[in-house]
Parts: sequence; structure tokens; C-alpha cells
Amino acid sequence: MRRSKLLYVPFWASYVFLYLPIAVLVVMSFNAGESAYTFEGFSLKWYGELAGDERVRDGLVNTLMVAAGSTVIATVLGTLLAVGLARHTRSKLLDSVALMPAVLPDVVLGIGLLVFYGMVQSTLGLYSVVLAHALFAMAFVAAVVRTRLAGSDTSLEEASRDLGAGPVTTFMKITLPQLAPGIVAGALLAFTLSLDEFVIAFFTIGNDDPTLPIVIYSMVRFGVTPEINALAAILLLVSFTAVIAGQRLTKIGEREPRAQD
Amino acid sequence: MSRTRFTRRLPATMAVVGLALAVAACGGESSSGSNSTTVAAEQLKPNADLSKQSLAVTVWDGYLPEELAQRVKEKLKVQDIKIQLHETNETAMAKLTASGDSGIDVAFVSGQYAQALNEQGLLEPIHPELIPNLANLYPEATQLSYDKGNKYSVPYTWGTTGICYRSDLVKTPPTSWNDILKPPAWAEKKVTMMTTERWLALPAIKALGYSVNTDKDDEIEKVKELLMAQKPHLLTYDDTTFGDRLLSGEALMVEAWDGWCPTTDKSGNIKFVVPKEGSDLWVDTMVIMKSSKNKEAAHALINYILDPEVHSWAAENINYKVPNKAAMDRVKIAEGSLLGISPAELLNGESIIDLGEASTKYTRLSADVQAK
Amino acid sequence: MKSEVKARPVNRSRGRRLGAFVFLSPGLAYLVVFMLVPLALLLSTTVFRRGRFGGVVYEFTAENFERLVDPLYLGVLVDSLKIATLTTLIALLIGYPTAYVIARLPRKWKTIALVAIVLPFWTNFLIRVYAWIMLLSGPGLVNSALKVFGLGPLEVLYTEGAIVTGLLYSYLPLMVLPLYAAIDRLDPQLREASSNLGASAFTTFRKVTLPLTMPGVLTGSLFVFVPSFGNFVIPEMLGGSKSIMVGNLIRDQFLKARDWPFGATLALALIVVLVVLLVAQSWVARRA
Repeated sequence: MRRSKLLYVPFWASYVFLYLPIAVLVVMSFNAGESAYTFEGFSLKWYGELAGDERVRDGLVNTLMVAAGSTVIATVLGTLLAVGLARHTRSKLLDSVALMPAVLPDVVLGIGLLVFYGMVQSTLGLYSVVLAHALFAMAFVAAVVRTRLAGSDTSLEEASRDLGAGPVTTFMKITLPQLAPGIVAGALLAFTLSLDEFVIAFFTIGNDDPTLPIVIYSMVRFGVTPEINALAAILLLVSFTAVIAGQRLTKIGEREPRAQD
Repeated sequence: MSRTRFTRRLPATMAVVGLALAVAACGGESSSGSNSTTVAAEQLKPNADLSKQSLAVTVWDGYLPEELAQRVKEKLKVQDIKIQLHETNETAMAKLTASGDSGIDVAFVSGQYAQALNEQGLLEPIHPELIPNLANLYPEATQLSYDKGNKYSVPYTWGTTGICYRSDLVKTPPTSWNDILKPPAWAEKKVTMMTTERWLALPAIKALGYSVNTDKDDEIEKVKELLMAQKPHLLTYDDTTFGDRLLSGEALMVEAWDGWCPTTDKSGNIKFVVPKEGSDLWVDTMVIMKSSKNKEAAHALINYILDPEVHSWAAENINYKVPNKAAMDRVKIAEGSLLGISPAELLNGESIIDLGEASTKYTRLSADVQAK
Repeated sequence: MKSEVKARPVNRSRGRRLGAFVFLSPGLAYLVVFMLVPLALLLSTTVFRRGRFGGVVYEFTAENFERLVDPLYLGVLVDSLKIATLTTLIALLIGYPTAYVIARLPRKWKTIALVAIVLPFWTNFLIRVYAWIMLLSGPGLVNSALKVFGLGPLEVLYTEGAIVTGLLYSYLPLMVLPLYAAIDRLDPQLREASSNLGASAFTTFRKVTLPLTMPGVLTGSLFVFVPSFGNFVIPEMLGGSKSIMVGNLIRDQFLKARDWPFGATLALALIVVLVVLLVAQSWVARRA
């Protein structure tokens, strides 16, 4: 009992660590002055500026489209890949290759893809960012799903196969439900990473309007403006609402048959 | 079972990779084949129908008036114009050089980068007959060492590099590069330098009396020693936010481009000085990509920007001197503004040019200085 | 279905192969097209020369590899390894108990706790890094707070400490998520059995919990280590470019020096280091 109490120390420390800067961002977004360090009184003016900022709005829409598109591709491919790697091959080489997109420095991936797209003569745009993001997101999905698969009970799958079910049937009826939490976590991770990614997006977006991280990058580079703080606060609010709205969905996802429970 | 299948498939994977390598090599060969600086200029039609051409422009954030796109559309009757932003010369270069056709028609880059693009055969020569407003430029603006006679680039803004400082907080106003290279005790950790390699080296180069375009190893070695000795006394390296740092008092003296030194701040406490050892002359230019399919519209855009009313926007709004006499004549120069520096004074500065192979020495230098 | 039961042995091995194909081929095809080919295109330049003004001249040379064994670059590589390792260890140290507590929370709180781990991620990486500048800088909040207690000022910003803090902040959730996935799957009865058999809590952890959650530990460590190792934004923003990591070197070769062949060579070195780690990781994972 005492020991588990002790565990709560790092637990709470993690959350304080994660939310301290966030709290600062939110508080400073209501700053009436321009300073990044001193609070000079309450004001909503930065939210007003933000509302009038077309680049930010377009960027947000583009980012959401890219994240949604790449998450779908990455979740499907990544899940299949994870099952294939865990159940149908023992190749360490393939294992490593599948993880590689998560491991490559983003500059290398970005420039490599830029050269590649140039070679196949494709015009760049949001869709080329979707394809690029799906690549590294897939690696993350596969890795998370594999964590769930590793050491999980294979007896059900074996029983299913022994009873003559094909691999696809076994996958749909047995494996997939067992994996659901892993897949949800993987998809969440994929979506999150895509929302945030800007190096690869920068290189592969061509002449389309930029995604939000690219917009933010140019804002941040040229000094703090409390408009960025306001943006951070709004992003938080939006994602918070999205999470609460999506909670029912998550609940459905969580109601998986648990082998051990 | 399945394992052997996939190990057997390995050679196939290798073959794909090998193929890609081969394609890469060939693709590169052909592109380097066309890599020459004197390709016969394409015939451009002065009366081309611009409504069939649309433009993609890449430029630094805040460097053009916001409503420019709208006005260009109305005035030049081009089909469409898209303004993309880049953060630095470097990222613009990566985009412009990575694939054969970046889709960009007009790019804004600094002089030595325009030179490098041209050396790689990526720029369309400027057709002066399509840009009558070139006549608005100062005569000095056609004599810039990276591109004498504006053969492939048109200057948009120009200026110099110096020390920007808080006159109310410094004990003695800086006059020499040594004042930031060997900062006095009161400026300990209150000094910033730029990160972009040529400008990182500039103060030390000038303090030692060398050329900004030196490629001599012994001189670069001396520069390195000076910069290494300076590093422990620096607050940070900073290319973009040094102005804010001065305003907040976090820094007292910073290496700065004149246009970025907030001398017009209402406090009146921010001053700029070109150190006595001399400095550079930097020019930001407009270039037209050879791969552009809208070259007539691209020329028309540059001509439009050189219009005194349009061009003076940069001087009036972002405090950059423009090399356009007709435009500068329209500008009221405020007290303390750096816009008063004359073209003749600017030309005292030395232009940074791309040094070809030797330019990697500066990358090496900055890595050496920044890694401890 | 029933007739298939008779043909079981044949069907099963065919099924296996079909399975391998169905599951592996789409992902692998994607990897080949969008990763291996672009990578091959890029890495093929390692044996060529930089053009006078950038670009690639297709003459073979080994010079890029010779440049690699420069003490400067090796030093930066070692430094990056140190920073990334330190970040990973701290992340593991606070991430493991965090994930453990989350996994033992009642279901409703569990969801909330998990979401709360990911939520900061949705504010944007650069904004989060910027928040740390506000916190740590000279006139920043940490120092203002210290001043109240008559302490400080703390000069953390633009040091390696700030880099580690920034990396940790950015990638801690990537440690917690896989750890949670692994710990959540644990059968609590196993621990009970262990302690019923008289094992101390520590022994139970060492002999039961830790080995069973090893895949999560490894995945999480990898997720934190890798982006930390190759990072260049945080060393620039929080480190003030006063110390650089291998990511900065690579970025600078590609962007500043326009020396793609050497940039690709440095990237190759980085990839080799990471592949070695990956192979080691998957080897350990399979044994665990």
C-alpha cells in the first residue's frame, strides 16, 4: 500500500511537468501587453487578432485534413503490418525496416521524398504530405499494435485456425477485437504526430497553402507574440472538446473482449 | 517457412534499391548535363496574354505588402498569384534545387544565393525590355559584385550589418566589432551573434581586417579562435529575435542587420552602429526560375514591384532600404531611422559572394564554433 | 466450413503463406515506394561530390566517408548519444511509474489520465518548446519565482540542461503510451501469485512485472531516443545553438552548405547507429 502511494509521486510529477508550460501559455494568452514575461492585465485582444488571421485558419483546416487522411492510411497499413510481422514472419530485417520511418531524421525523409516526388514528376500538394505522413505514422501504429500483440494469447487464434478458419477470418473475428485498444492508441498517436509535424510537410507541400505547424514555425521564429499563446489555448480547447465528444467512441473501442479479465 | 520466403525476397528488394540508385545516377547526369550558365535566352513575348499565366512566388514572411496578391491580380490581369513564405534563404534553396521543377516562378533570395542558383543553371536571365521600371534603380544597384549588370537578379532591398544596442544600458556605446567579440564585464552574457554562417564569421573577419569572402585556411583558423574565445560570454546565437531581446533588456548588444534593428522604437533607446572596421553590403533579390512556365508574368510582377509606389512600401513599413531611387524619394525618413544610409555609404560594405567549394569551409567553421 | 476441416493440413500451410502475403505486402510495398526508394536516391549521393555551388556532381569519390572520421563530427555524434540517452533514462524513470499508476486506475480515470498525457501534444511542438523559453529565460517565470525566495537567478536556458528538459517534455508521452499498453495487459493475478509465494514487491517487479513489460520499455525508449537523437529544433531554440547535435549537422549540410553528398553521408552514419540499436532492440524484445 505504501509502495503504491510512493508511485503517485512520479505520476503527479509527470502531469505537473506536462502542464506547467501549458498553464503559462494559457495565462499569458490573456495578457494585455506584448511582453512574454510580465502579465500586464487581462485582455482578449490576442484572440481577436487570431480570429482575423486567415493563414492560421487555413492552416488549421489543412492540418486536420492531412492528419485525418494520413491516420486512416497509417492505421490500416500499420495494423496489418504489425500482425504480419508478429504472426507470419520471423524476419528481424523486416522488423527493422518497418520501424525505420519512425527512426529516420525528418530532414532526410523530407528531402528524400522531395527528390522522389520530383523524379516521378508529380505535382506536390496536400496529398503528398498525406502520403509522407502516413509513412512514419504507419511505423508508429505498427509498433504500438505490436506491443499489444507481443506475448498476447495466441491460443484463440490457433484454435480458430485449427477449426479451419482462414487467416483473414481469424484476423477479423479474433485478432482484431483483441487488438482494438492498441489500434486506437496507435491511431491516436498517428493523428497526434501528424498534427505536429512540420519538417516533412514543409518539403513536400509544394505550392499548396501551408499546414498549421508551418505557419506557426514562421510565427515563432520571428519572436513571441501573445497571438501564439492564444492559438495554443484555442488548440487545447478544441482538442479537449474533441476528446470529450469522442469519449463515447473510445468507450465503444474499450469494450473489447479481454482474454485475461 | 515464411522466413525463408522473405529472405528469398531480399534480393528482389535489393534489386529495387539498385534500380533506384541507377535511376538516380542517370537522372542526375542528365540534369547536370543541362547545367550551364549560358543557355540561349528563351524568346519572351512582350505582349503575351497574362490572363493565361499564374504565378507562384516564394518570399520571406512580411516582406511584401499583404494586399499585393490582390492588387497584382487586378493590375496585371494574371490568372492567379500564390505567395508562399520561406523562413530562410536555406530552406528556399532546398525547395528550389531539390527537383527539376519547384513550381516556383519568382523567388526572393539574398545575392549570394541568387549567384549560386544561377551557377547551377536554374535561373532565367532577366529580360530588361520587359522591366522598364529597372530605370528606377540607383546606378549603384546595378554594380553589385554577385551580379554586375543585374543579368539574372533584380535587387529588392539592401542594407548592412552592424551592432544594434541599448544606448540607455551600455556603459560605453560600441564602435568596434571587438566590443561584442570581447565583451566588457557589464555585457557578460548580454550579447548575441547571428547563426547564419557567413554572418557568424563576419564580425571576427572584419575585426581581423580580412575580406568577408576570404577562403584562406589560416585566416579562417584565426577567425575560429576569436569566435571560440567569445562563445562563453554570449547569451546565445540568434538570427531572428535579437530585436526583441534588446527591447526586453535580455541583451544589450547584438549583431544585427540594419533593417531588423528596432531603432524607431518609441523609447528611443535603441541605436545602430556600423563598426569602424567595416561591414558587408547585403542585397535581397528577386529571381525568375528557368523552369517557370509563366516568364512573361514573372517579369511583369518584378516590373510592378519596382513601381515607386509599390516598392516604397518596404521602406515605409518594414524599415528596409530599397535600391530604388524613385521609391526612396517618396519616403519620409524619420528621426533615428536607418533609411538615411546612402547608397554610396552602403557600397563601402563588401558584398558576400558564394565561394563555390570554399563555402563549405564556413559551414565547418560554424560547426566547430557551435559544437563546444 | 465443415468440409474445410478435413483438408486442414494443406489448407493451413497455404493459409499461412496467404496470410503472410495479405498482411505484409501492403505495408511493405508502401515502405519500398515511399521510404526505400527515396532513401536510396538520397543515399546514393554519398559516393559522389558536391558541385561547386551545391547540387551533385556524379563523379565517384570516397571523400565523404573520409570526412566522417573527423573528431568534430565524431564528437558531436557522441554528444548527441549522451543527450539522447540521458533524456531516455529520465523519461523511463518517471514514465514507468506514471504508466503503472495509469494502468491501475479505475477505467473512467484511466481514460482521462491517458488523454491528459497526450493532450499537451495537440498544442503544437514549437509552441510547447517556446513555452519553455518563457519559463526558463533570464526574466522568465522560473527565475521570478526563485527571486521571491531570494534564490537564483538560474542560468538554465541555452545550456544542455535546457535541451534535455525540452526533449523530455516533447517526448515523454511517447514513453508513457507504449508502457501503458504493456502494463495494462499484465495479468494482476501473476503479481498476486508472486507475492503470495512470498516474493517481496521489489522481487515481484524485477522477476515478473519488468520482464513482462519489457517490450513496452523497449518501444517507449526507442520512441524517445530516436527523435531526441536526431533533433535539431530544440538544440537551436533551447540550446541557443551553443551546442549542436547530429541533427543540426545533417540539417546544416543539406540546407546551409548545400552539400548533399556529405549530408547524406552523415545521415547514413546516423541511420547505421539507429539500425544497430533497432536490431539490438528487436533482438532483446524477442528474448524477453
